[in-house]
Amino acid sequence: MAQTIPRIKNSWLAEVGNQALFIGDFLGNLFRRRFEWNELIRQCYMIGYKSIMLTAITGFVLGFVITVQSAPTMKAFGAQSYIPNMVIISIVREIGPVIIALTCAGKIASSIGAELASMKVTEQIDAMEVSGANPVQYLVVTRILSCIVMVPLLTLLADAVALFGGFFGSNIVGHMSFTLYFNKSFDVLVFTDLIPATIKTIFFGFAIGFVGCYKGYNATNGTEGVGVAANMAVVNASLWVIVLDAIAAQITNMFAYN
Amino acid sequence: MEDLKENKTNTAAGDEVVIHLEHLKKSFGEKDVLTDINMNLKKGENLVILGRSGEGKSVTIKCIVGLLNQDAGKCEVLGKEVNELSSDELKDMRQRVGFLFQSSALYDSMTVRENLAFPLTRVLNLKDDNEIEERVQEMLENVGLEEAIDKMPAELSGGMRKRIGLARTLILKPEIMLYDEPTTGLDPITSREISELILHMQKKYKISSIVITHDMACAKITADRVMIMNKGEFIAEGQYEELEQAEDELVSSFFK
Repeated sequence: MAQTIPRIKNSWLAEVGNQALFIGDFLGNLFRRRFEWNELIRQCYMIGYKSIMLTAITGFVLGFVITVQSAPTMKAFGAQSYIPNMVIISIVREIGPVIIALTCAGKIASSIGAELASMKVTEQIDAMEVSGANPVQYLVVTRILSCIVMVPLLTLLADAVALFGGFFGSNIVGHMSFTLYFNKSFDVLVFTDLIPATIKTIFFGFAIGFVGCYKGYNATNGTEGVGVAANMAVVNASLWVIVLDAIAAQITNMFAYN
Repeated sequence: MEDLKENKTNTAAGDEVVIHLEHLKKSFGEKDVLTDINMNLKKGENLVILGRSGEGKSVTIKCIVGLLNQDAGKCEVLGKEVNELSSDELKDMRQRVGFLFQSSALYDSMTVRENLAFPLTRVLNLKDDNEIEERVQEMLENVGLEEAIDKMPAELSGGMRKRIGLARTLILKPEIMLYDEPTTGLDPITSREISELILHMQKKYKISSIVITHDMACAKITADRVMIMNKGEFIAEGQYEELEQAEDELVSSFFK
């Protein structure tokens, strides 16, 4: 029987199996002949462009807060001039990707989860399926790919804006010229900081898109199910981001910094 | 009404069976929804299924299009067992069997034009914009809603949504139509319009149909034959007028 996505019932192990089947279905549809380019671009706009303001403000505040909070301690050790170095490394390697991914989990995973769940409970996904169209290709593949593309770009944007936040903060707690701040920042930044951090955001993007789609696509129980799907999408996507970050930290330590 | 009766006579069913259900069973957990469903739909026939809510009418037609798998029994559509179809065969079969959902299930992020073009581009793989536009216009004309082409589903009334849902399904020119409560939630005048539209489309495109409904006016207008479902099986079958005179209490209760 060729149901689009087979389901196994009951038990946590079955849930793992269902998620694996969903990933398999995503991968299987990734290379189908007809690719939904228009929908992919629309999703990149919805997911990426519409999150720019949120991530930019988050990035600015991150840079600002880290600078202001760390300044007294750095000053006590006479290391105030190293604040830009510390801010850029902590933002690019760890804080930027994780905080932006968690922000995206809240904004993007919930919206994907709610949208697909709403389509599911109003039988729109069933309607696509019974017409012979492929709802996985149209709805799931495009959303997951958009997240894979846009979450890293949003993170890079937030990293860049965080530098300005740090510069702003450093001029509140002391004084440093624009040129000096950026020179000191980029003095210490190397590709082994940027590349592993960007690679892990690709996985964060996948996790956010996948969890949102999975929870939405398998929603049940009417309008109540829409709320549950959106909520579970945020919770699970956030958890995935934290776990993936721990794994990425270990892998990066093994290969990049040794 | 006389015209409609004449139409029904003109679309008399042939002998060829397009849907064959035999000892169909389906359970959800402990609950047996379909216990023993036996049914044939003949080519060109309008079959109306009546039954109380929760008796398994929608489950039956969802088994027919492969949205649900039966637990036991035969479910043959256009001569092929649905459970044994490959992914591509299922897609082909679904192209030939239209399904109108109770809620119409319009894609609410798309305009009416995009809703109707969706199956043309995704299922029939049409690429010529002019041809797509022509077919969309033609189908909207059939359901009398040409002016709604650029509207979003949220801007449509219940009756308009049903018509657009019907247009989206019929645009693939299916051989069989399955209607899941097509007039539920509509006022009597709009219900009658939708029922007449169902009959008109059946005549125009020579479609075989299963209509699930609680609306006796809809049943009377559309039915060549009526089957009554109770507790997961059919308990009565016949023409509307025959069943209307039935002595069985349960059967006659539908016609009161």
